[in-house]
Amino acid sequence: MRGWLIWTPFVLFLAFVGLFASGLFKPDDHVIHSRLVGQNLPAFALPPAASDRPGLTSAQVATGKPRLLNIFASWCVPCAAEAPQLMALRQAGVEIDAIAIRDARPDVDRFLARYGNPYARIGLDARSAVQIALGSSGVPESFVIDSKGRIAYQHIGDIRADDVPMILDRLKAAQ
Amino acid sequence: MIAEAGLAALWLAAALALLQLFLAFSGTKGGKDELLGAVRPTAVAQGLLTAFAFGALITLFLRSDMSVLLVATNSHSMKPWLYKFAGTWGNHEGSMLLWVTVMGVAGAAVALFERALDRATHMATLGAQAAISLGFYAFLLFSSNPFARIDPPPPDGQGLNPLLQDPGLAFHPPTLYLGYVGLSVAFSFAVGALLTRRVDAAFARAMRPWVLAAWVLLTLGITAGSYWAYYELGWGGWWFWDPVENASLMPWLAATALLHSVTVLATRDSLRAWTIMLAVVAFSMSMVGTFLVRSGILTSVHAFAVDPERGSFILALLALYIGGALALFGWRIGSVKEGALFQLASRESMLVVNNLLLSVILGIVLIGTLYPLMTEAFGHKVSVGAPYFDRVAGPLALALMVAMAVGPLMRWRRDELRLVGRRVALPVLIAVLLVVAMSVFAAGRIGLLPFLGLVVAGSVGVASLLPLWRRKLWRTPLFTWGMVIAHLGCAVSLAGMASDSAFTTEKLIAARPGDTIRTAGWTLRFVSITPVAGDNWTALQADMQVDRGGAPVLIHPQSRFFASPPTTTTEAALLTRWNGQLYVVLGEEVEGGRWQLRVWWKPFVTLIWLGGGLIALGGALALIGREKRGWIGKWRARRAEV
Repeated sequence: MRGWLIWTPFVLFLAFVGLFASGLFKPDDHVIHSRLVGQNLPAFALPPAASDRPGLTSAQVATGKPRLLNIFASWCVPCAAEAPQLMALRQAGVEIDAIAIRDARPDVDRFLARYGNPYARIGLDARSAVQIALGSSGVPESFVIDSKGRIAYQHIGDIRADDVPMILDRLKAAQ
Repeated sequence: MIAEAGLAALWLAAALALLQLFLAFSGTKGGKDELLGAVRPTAVAQGLLTAFAFGALITLFLRSDMSVLLVATNSHSMKPWLYKFAGTWGNHEGSMLLWVTVMGVAGAAVALFERALDRATHMATLGAQAAISLGFYAFLLFSSNPFARIDPPPPDGQGLNPLLQDPGLAFHPPTLYLGYVGLSVAFSFAVGALLTRRVDAAFARAMRPWVLAAWVLLTLGITAGSYWAYYELGWGGWWFWDPVENASLMPWLAATALLHSVTVLATRDSLRAWTIMLAVVAFSMSMVGTFLVRSGILTSVHAFAVDPERGSFILALLALYIGGALALFGWRIGSVKEGALFQLASRESMLVVNNLLLSVILGIVLIGTLYPLMTEAFGHKVSVGAPYFDRVAGPLALALMVAMAVGPLMRWRRDELRLVGRRVALPVLIAVLLVVAMSVFAAGRIGLLPFLGLVVAGSVGVASLLPLWRRKLWRTPLFTWGMVIAHLGCAVSLAGMASDSAFTTEKLIAARPGDTIRTAGWTLRFVSITPVAGDNWTALQADMQVDRGGAPVLIHPQSRFFASPPTTTTEAALLTRWNGQLYVVLGEEVEGGRWQLRVWWKPFVTLIWLGGGLIALGGALALIGREKRGWIGKWRARRAEV
């Protein structure tokens, strides 16, 4: 307990102060990215959420061609704002599947009738169980799924008009 | 007027703290006794002023004076009076005012009641206490003034977070703070002793009651907080390894270690430097905890306002006080003589084992709590959760329990291992029997840690009573009783924890009124859903009849909605029986008129908090026993003089 040992607590404490100070003045980053980026989709099988589209299973998303998986809800305002961009992506030839979160079929039907339906399949995730398994923390979110069924990219929030080219590039890269 | 009076009292108290600091140190340095004579009254006046300021804030909350910003943002005229009262410290500024109040009152208590310490160290201690208080006064007055006015006053306040609208708020923060901040006294003692270079048995005897008192209150505060979280959050858990929980656990671990090392110093005059170090570390952990909680640097369920200005203020205080104390330690401890040495097989070395294990657990908790912060500094986001803490701290805690069982059965200075072996024969036998019995009856059904936990709890529970073996119970000193009861409390608490994680059954279902649910020997008949209204909330209430073969009991889990601020909370229904608790939570309505229900049966879970209560009771008995001895000694001395 003598000599240099006596000063170790003091030196350790200085290191802590430095750490705290660095933590305090760092800008806050509240975006929570999924831990699954770069990994396979978790397995799921969801019933249909709309009357004219089939439900969705994880196997159907891995088709050997990159796809977009959109997480939305009829009760979500930014999802309505995102709809035109999704339609634009659909016209560009992108295949889009969707998961409707905590929703009911009549509501989804109404939403699609009003804002357009770019989706091939829509699964109903009544309790957000799949959403949580995907590591998604809100609506809307979109996942670029590569040809092998792996999550290549996670887009948090609505896809804005100037995001569309970037999403297209991501889909190309996921080939 | 009341707010201004409270603020004036705070300023005056801060001025007195500055005066106290000056008087204590210039008096000691210059040997001016007339200056030193004024230190104690100053400390007492300071304590009274802080209490007055705190009383003023409570009054403002009780009267719902909306012209005070803090009341307007944290209270509501419709709230029940108990929550108006407790809401005083249910916010940042109010809780920091509680902090300086406890600090001021503790300083006044040291000035009034401390008689065992030599005068020079006593004065240096009071000076150190004033120095610490000064920083927190500055923090309060410059960056979190609780008495700020708002003009024009709003028609009504914004209300209090509904999770806090619970009797728990009236009990948990004050006891926790009394313990948390009470440790500042130990810190001041250590600084005082370093300044006067008088670290010896007499110093330890003077410091011990203060450490004990703070530790008892901290134990109570943590126990109460754990139970509150358990029934209020509706997750069925009693400890989440949340950063803020860890912030209260770390000072407790350090204080527990300090309690034991101070005993070695008081009885055997060993572990001098180590005890001083622990006294510094214990309150440092309180301050680090406050920093973590108040700066919002770590995200946690105890979401407090994020404010880098406040955070940097507390960080500056941390750097000043802890850095200063550690620097003083490094500079002075070399001139403190080594204490007495002891044999390897002795009670002292068992206490060293206790201290080492506690310190390692403290290090594990500290690293686990700060690890996300460390990795984030290097650009990685990681969260550290219960699995890490359970796996790393759990085995060490079990080892600590074993040391706790053996330690009191060993002699001071030196002991024969052969004799110790004979003394622990019975607990070892019980442990073996438990292992055999549980391997037969519960093999493969419980995890390793809960299994070991149950074995250790049973064996240590018996071992903790052995110090009373063959003694005349009414002649046994009170502090021995205190030690036995506190150690028994640890075993009882461990039994509850292990039993909860080994035997809890959980059922999650969606049920309609009219359905019957069966789980763990219980039958729950879901009768109906009824709306009910309280003082400032409305709720949907499930009425259920539950029984396990006897007469049915009605329970009412609720989902409450508060209007200000608009929030929904779950009110779990708890049914306590001698061998456990039934814990029912009403969730949301799912399609088809069915409701989500969570039903837990938790065997012996109540032992967790019963154990916590026993630990605190043991500490209180030890405190009374030691102090009583002092009073009787004084009384005899006085009789002898006559």
